[in-house]
Amino acid sequence: MREIGTAFVAGVMAMWISLPAQAAGGGTAPPAHQWSYSGLFGTFDRAQLRRGFEVYKGVCVACHGLRLVAYRNLQDIGFSENEVKAIAAEIEVPAEPNDDGEIEDRPGLPSDRFKSPFPNENAARAANNGALPPDLSLIVKARAGGADYIYALMTGYKDAPANLKVPEGMNYNEYFAGKMIAMVAPLADDGIEYSDGTKATVKQQAEDVTAFLAWAAEPELEERKRMGVKVILFLLLLTGLLYVVKRRIWANVH
Amino acid sequence: MVQFHKPAWLENSLVRWVDHRLPIFSFMSHELYEYPTPRNLNYWWNFGSLAGIVLVIMIVTGIALAMHYTPHTSLAFDSVERIMRDVNYGWLIRYIHMNGASFFFIVVYIHIFRGLYFGSYKAPREILWMLGVVILLLMMATAFMGYVLPWGQMSFWGATVITNLFSAIPWGIGDWVVTLLWGGFAVDNPTLNRFFSLHYLLPFVIVGVVVMHIWALHVHGSNNPVGIDTKGDQDVIPFHPYYTVKDMFGLGVFLIFFALFIFFAPNYMGHPDNYIPANSLSTPAHIVPEWYFLPFYAILRAVPDNFIGGWTTEWLGFIIFEAKLAGVLAMFGAIAVLFVLPWLDRSPVRSSRFRPMYKWFFWIFAIDCVVLGYMGALPAEGIYVVISRVATVYYFAHFLVVIPLLAKFEKTKELPKSISEPVLGGGGGGASAAPAKPMEKA
Repeated sequence: MREIGTAFVAGVMAMWISLPAQAAGGGTAPPAHQWSYSGLFGTFDRAQLRRGFEVYKGVCVACHGLRLVAYRNLQDIGFSENEVKAIAAEIEVPAEPNDDGEIEDRPGLPSDRFKSPFPNENAARAANNGALPPDLSLIVKARAGGADYIYALMTGYKDAPANLKVPEGMNYNEYFAGKMIAMVAPLADDGIEYSDGTKATVKQQAEDVTAFLAWAAEPELEERKRMGVKVILFLLLLTGLLYVVKRRIWANVH
Repeated sequence: MVQFHKPAWLENSLVRWVDHRLPIFSFMSHELYEYPTPRNLNYWWNFGSLAGIVLVIMIVTGIALAMHYTPHTSLAFDSVERIMRDVNYGWLIRYIHMNGASFFFIVVYIHIFRGLYFGSYKAPREILWMLGVVILLLMMATAFMGYVLPWGQMSFWGATVITNLFSAIPWGIGDWVVTLLWGGFAVDNPTLNRFFSLHYLLPFVIVGVVVMHIWALHVHGSNNPVGIDTKGDQDVIPFHPYYTVKDMFGLGVFLIFFALFIFFAPNYMGHPDNYIPANSLSTPAHIVPEWYFLPFYAILRAVPDNFIGGWTTEWLGFIIFEAKLAGVLAMFGAIAVLFVLPWLDRSPVRSSRFRPMYKWFFWIFAIDCVVLGYMGALPAEGIYVVISRVATVYYFAHFLVVIPLLAKFEKTKELPKSISEPVLGGGGGGASAAPAKPMEKA
């Protein structure tokens, strides 16, 4: 029983792991990409996240919100308090009603969440030919393939095969479900200028902004993995000790 | 044999004073310390207490989450994200709770299959088994409603699909039930509110049934790998310290696996679509339930729409079913059949170790369940539908045909005289026919 049982459980686990990814919905599976934060001990590359933020701020923000992230969160990835204040102050948000009951705009504060480019879904669709640019706060967690998918999508714009007619207002991208995406290829070589002087190729920008969005989706990732390593080491030790205790207590039964 | 020593704290004067008025300490000593347990339980017997511990973990983390969660359609999704981002260790509590649901089912499914393999459902443990099936049903209801709470796309569409199943109940009752579940005419804010309320309530109902489950267990004690009754002191050992320490060790191993998922793959068992806020105007490409429902989901979809409407009504005549009712009945029947299992299996031998044929059918059944789970995850089209149907038919055939027939025709092996005989008798393998005498002097 023990051997068959163990083999069976292992078999089930193997099948489970090989279960085809859901929700691929017709897009090509994205190739695996190496990320600084993958693996048991992976951490975010601070310089990369900063560049990624610059890509978001220079390109994506025109259409995509990041409504779950607060400006103060940028301090977690290496921005100074003053930098964060300055970034937040670039936006205008409605203030609390003043003494006359009127609502005026005030500059953003570090405690404000990222301001979305459109006030509501209808406005977003109206400005985008009927398409709705999704909020990017959780995009890396909300797509099968995660960061690999986002990176593949950013770099996956190609000319459509000759036999395929791409409708007006759509673009060919084999990684997108249905392979037709409303978003125009967002990145261009030297489309932005990095403050650290890195050459802004499309691949570089795609990798940087994807890492930034991975952080936006899982800001707890580093703390989680750090704690996980400690917890696992502790449990291994504890379980080992418990095994020894168990053997000793059972010695007079066997 | 192993001598049992009463715990020293029972002699404490305060303990004795209380115990004289409320015998809670002697109850604990009796049920948790000296409780006589078969000496030959293997590690498959760890999963019962493990399930109890996971239930406690779920309740504790759940109560903490409820302090920060808002059950309103416009706030639920963001309140969960607030827990993840702004509540101290909120991500940890939520990931424990989220993965805890999956691990609860892993542990309970292993616990159930252990019962199937070693015949733990047979007399005199039928009620113990049936209470376990009640716990499984309550767990399913609780897990389903919990999955709705984050109000993501799969939450919403899963809720829509599953609640709609009840509309298959005929005679106008179905629509009434669905309206009651929804609290309106679609899955909406009232649905979320009542699901949150019930999701908080049901775990405590589970605790109640678990108490009865353990109560029933302690009447006749645990079954064991040999499947024969304990015949005296030489067959049993006190629960403490033997099984307390063994359960603690098992808990340690379990927690390692659990922690690996919580800290390094917290969303592995989830669906990415549930990180998209619920949208009643946009249906996901594939609506899939959580993995632990997949075998039942496969059974639901395996039944052809015209199954009842076609030939069965010809001779059932007076019963007019709606077509989809057949699938729903099959799905619930897959669990209902477990209730009557003790009466379907009339073989007097409990453990598969002495049932050479049942042993094989057990593993075929286990594979069948995995195949069903696999099919439940795949779209219902082409060959997958055929496989689902064959696997569904086999699922029921296992209980309704194979098991009753085995009881009649299987030639079981000779049972050992007592538990201590194969354990202490050395001899390995072939149960020696040596009389159990030497044990009895102890």
